Amino acid sequence: MSIGHALLGLLEGGPRHGYDLKRAYDERFGHDRPLHYGQVYSTLSRLLKNGLVSEAGVEAGDGPERKRYAITDAGVTDVERWLGTPEKPEPYLQNTLYAKVVLALLSGRSATEVLDTQRAAHLTTMRELTRRKADGDLADQLICDFALFHLEADLRWLELTAARLDKLAEEMAR
Amino acid sequence: MTSLLTAEGLYKSFGKTNALDGAGISIREGEVVAIMGPSGSGKSTLLHCLAGILPPDSGTVTYRGRDLTGMNDGARSELRRTEFGFVFQFGQLVPELTCLENVALPLRLSGMKRRDAERASKEWMARLEVDTVADQRPGETSGGQGQRVAVARALVTSPKVVFADEPTGALDSLNGERVMHLLTTAARETGAAVVLVTHEPRVAAYSDREVVVRDGRSRDVEFVR
Ligand SMILES: Nc1ncnc2c1ncn2[C@@H]1O[C@H](COP(=O)(O)OP(=O)(O)O)[C@@H](O)[C@H]1O
Ligand SMILES: [Mg+2]
Repeated sequence: MSIGHALLGLLEGGPRHGYDLKRAYDERFGHDRPLHYGQVYSTLSRLLKNGLVSEAGVEAGDGPERKRYAITDAGVTDVERWLGTPEKPEPYLQNTLYAKVVLALLSGRSATEVLDTQRAAHLTTMRELTRRKADGDLADQLICDFALFHLEADLRWLELTAARLDKLAEEMAR
Repeated sequence: MTSLLTAEGLYKSFGKTNALDGAGISIREGEVVAIMGPSGSGKSTLLHCLAGILPPDSGTVTYRGRDLTGMNDGARSELRRTEFGFVFQFGQLVPELTCLENVALPLRLSGMKRRDAERASKEWMARLEVDTVADQRPGETSGGQGQRVAVARALVTSPKVVFADEPTGALDSLNGERVMHLLTTAARETGAAVVLVTHEPRVAAYSDREVVVRDGRSRDVEFVR
């Protein structure tokens, strides 16, 4: 899961403080694994250095927690590219895929397209495994089948999520 | 390669249900295309329209430059018999005939002599690894064997297109994979295109590409006219 991209995606809604960002992240994506403040600030300083966010005002007092951050045009382009690029199909993608869907919906982009792009990438890998299985011995077949069943589980989730996008958007708008 | 079978702007409703809502697809010679999508999205309706089984309310289906929707019933069923093969979820074999007679049936209906028809059928049954059940009736075979007999029957006429609607839907995964492997291998060897309706990703993985149907609309990224 790319924390940098998730923070950028959350900043698309408007400038935020670091602690504010952490709260928003934890609420949406951090159920089992909330972010440490240290992670938030080290990620933000990397994004700052790469020109993907900029400082947008500092409140009285000192310390990093006083700064507000805003996403830059380069940052928006970066989120855009991340959402448009399928993840390498492999098991246990759920956090990243879920985050992409949520952030696409939050920013008014097409979550269906994110899901469709991912489905195509998954199926391409599944085709390669299926071909390898046809040419292989039993050991190859079993190894390929393991991967195929996991990828199929991802795909079923993609399908189910696609069917529930309207509902998810509704819940998020509350 | 140019398109063998093309559907454009298909609409079909059943009462108030819009089963197809502007669907389009293009099948090229010899390719295996999976039609995927959730249950009720219009996959089977699209397949039936493509195969000339069901007339769309509007839109066109073109097979090798001939408009299926404009043909009369006789010409359309002649086309289905000579150019197309079919496999459905439940084999739809004739229960009173032996498996061999079932496979030979399309050839017999085309007027081929019994001996010739059965010889060709036996070859196909061997390819699908069901020659052992040639003399049994469909009810005496396992589900996987029955589907492979149905595949042999679909291929025996050397069709240009095989339409398969959830052909593994009633099988366990091992038998389903065997059917898919044998079906796609045989189709690729004979150059038949396969239009495969399935909601199972592992079955779709036997295809060359997929077309997703949602709410009666299809998205064929490789649409070629
Ligand atoms: N003969 C029919 N009569 C009434 N409704 C039908 C008929 N065939 C299909 N439908 C409806 O049209 C829609 C699409 O059906 P279908 O093409 O069978 O979907 P799929 O194969 O994707 O599950 C569904 O809502 C289904 O209930
Ligand atoms: Mg169906």
